[in-house]
Amino acid sequence: MASVNKTENGAAHPRPESNLRGRRRISEGIIQGLLFLSGAFSILITVGIVYELGKEALLFFQMPEIDLLSTILSTRWQPHTSDFGIWGLVAATFMTSLIAMLVAGPLGLAVAIYLSEYASDRARGILKPILEVLAGIPTIVYGYFALSFMTPLLRLIFGRDVVQIYNTGSAGLVMGILILPLIASMTEDALSAVPRALREAGYGMGATKLEVALQVVVPAALSGIAAAMILGISRAIGETMIVAVAAGQGPNFTFNPFKGAETITGHIVRISGGDLSYDSIDYNSIFFLGLLLFVMTLALNVISQRIVRRFREVYE
Amino acid sequence: MKTLLMPKGFDTNLGGRKRSGLVWFWIFQAATAAGVIALTVLILNIIDGAFGYVALEARVQPETLAANGAGIENQTKDQLVALLRSRLSQGAFGKLEKERSFSGRSRADVYDLILERIVRYEVAESWDLWTSVTKPGEIKAETLVNHPEAVLRFRYWLNPRFVAGPQTSVAMTAGVRTAILGTLWTILFTIILAFPVGVGAAIYLEEYAGSSWFNRLIQTNINNLAGVPSIVYGMLGLAIFVRALEPLSSGAAFGLVEPTTANGRTVLAAGLTLGLLVLPIIIINAQEAIRAVPRSLRNASYGLGATKWQTTWHHVLPGAIPGILTGTILAISRAIGETAPLVVVGASTAISFDPTSPFSKFTTLPIQIYQWTARPQAEFRSLAAAAILVLLIMLLSLNAAAILLRNRYSRRG
Repeated sequence: MASVNKTENGAAHPRPESNLRGRRRISEGIIQGLLFLSGAFSILITVGIVYELGKEALLFFQMPEIDLLSTILSTRWQPHTSDFGIWGLVAATFMTSLIAMLVAGPLGLAVAIYLSEYASDRARGILKPILEVLAGIPTIVYGYFALSFMTPLLRLIFGRDVVQIYNTGSAGLVMGILILPLIASMTEDALSAVPRALREAGYGMGATKLEVALQVVVPAALSGIAAAMILGISRAIGETMIVAVAAGQGPNFTFNPFKGAETITGHIVRISGGDLSYDSIDYNSIFFLGLLLFVMTLALNVISQRIVRRFREVYE
Repeated sequence: MKTLLMPKGFDTNLGGRKRSGLVWFWIFQAATAAGVIALTVLILNIIDGAFGYVALEARVQPETLAANGAGIENQTKDQLVALLRSRLSQGAFGKLEKERSFSGRSRADVYDLILERIVRYEVAESWDLWTSVTKPGEIKAETLVNHPEAVLRFRYWLNPRFVAGPQTSVAMTAGVRTAILGTLWTILFTIILAFPVGVGAAIYLEEYAGSSWFNRLIQTNINNLAGVPSIVYGMLGLAIFVRALEPLSSGAAFGLVEPTTANGRTVLAAGLTLGLLVLPIIIINAQEAIRAVPRSLRNASYGLGATKWQTTWHHVLPGAIPGILTGTILAISRAIGETAPLVVVGASTAISFDPTSPFSKFTTLPIQIYQWTARPQAEFRSLAAAAILVLLIMLLSLNAAAILLRNRYSRRG
């Protein structure tokens, strides 16, 4: 700010050039330094995440109760009996993400094809904001929806004895609705980027609209679609509030979608919900889980970006 | 004609191809309709929970409180105050007096206190809106059988008292004022951290940074940070703001510790955590806005002898500011809806006093919704639905503001 006033004064009362030049450079340098610090701050965040999660996770493995081998191999996670097998939590995360992707993948692709290939401008003008609204609803609202609508619906269809009150199926289905807009809009961007000429060539060969859409446009946009799907999976793995509310409390190694099972994120939320004391085994264990989560989602995000960059078809 | 052009034995199967084209068109359309239906059902489901009949059982029947033949509805304020004084313990009455003197309270306020502290209505059973509208007769019959003492009322869970009232543990009197104030306090610190740093970083990356490896690292890093699950930010906030910087975030460093908070689980820590969370989003949006400012503007400014910063401040930023603000508002609305990181940072489960400083304990609207949703009783589910409506209205107005801003400036440009 100071520099701005100075320069404005300078403009109002012209001074010898040499003087002006010298003074301006200092403030410009300071400003540039501050801007650089703002930019570099984001690196600090990443370093902070890796350092803090890594440190606590290391402490976790140094605890006398922890046996690295059984952590990696066992399916039981019971902190109070010193059982820390991650597979129960991982299996539940896998289940909810899988169900979510089974919903959001095909639906998102279909919505994207409809929006990009079939919909009139007017229909697109109505539908895209609706998808944006869906994407903007806080996840806790979806959690409420899962518990108060999807679970009763599942229990009505499959019977109350089969479906538990908390179950991964309901959480996964609702999570699919949550991820649908993300996949649809990313896929639509990819489809719209395919040049018109390719479509016209398809029509020229006598293909129907569907054949052009599925056999010309979709293959041409495949890298973008794959990136969208991978990002969707990453989002599903990291999604927290839906599973915390609806998927069940307590680790449970099961692949039955009608049974309750806690995911990695759900477990972190439940454990840290109370007043967690520092350096306890619970405290360190959630940082280990957080690190696991961070590494998984980061890997997926990086793969997604790589796919876009490497396999992007460049049309000139 | 057609057949002549085709080689012998070649089957165009036009009918079949057209039919499958039509079928798939229906499928694509149905998928899109499914998305719209999902949104509709979601909103209807919330409205369904937020209104409906409740059967209320009173701890003390209101009729027994009548004085000189006048029921409590017809008594004057002084009579009601006297009633409160006689029914409540000395201490409890003194506490109410201390909160706000009875001479300063209105009659309606005192009347509400009577209902709250003496009559103490409790929800025996509650019904959703759909049942309440379609089967009022059955509800009445059921209430007569199951809760003969109860009175049946149609309750708007979303009402002015709910919005303006403090959080309590009783469903009938609980409000979201504490949570709304908590959200506003938290978001204030989110903006203070994320807006200047985010815009600064965007200016650096777009106007100053060359393509050195470090600058490319910053850019890649920001893109990756945008995809980190929010709960991981919560853990970062817990480790850094709550634990490592406890003297700062609890206010101890400034001698401002509130008696109720001994640790760093404060509004300040929560706000900064959310600030880290939305920072990448703000940077990416601001970058786009800055990039959209035409190159010629910068060149004209340089041509007149302006320095880099003069050009940026006087010519690039004014052109980019609508886009930057729109992006920031969207990022802020994301922060307002975040729940998971705040649970990890240590939002309080039940506080009934409003946050008054950066070092207060806090709860926010989504946290409150989470608490109420997690309770098994139907009446708390209804409270959650009402709170969701408050949250959605808040977010919708923010988004509407962003859209208005965008339209207004884009027309000019």
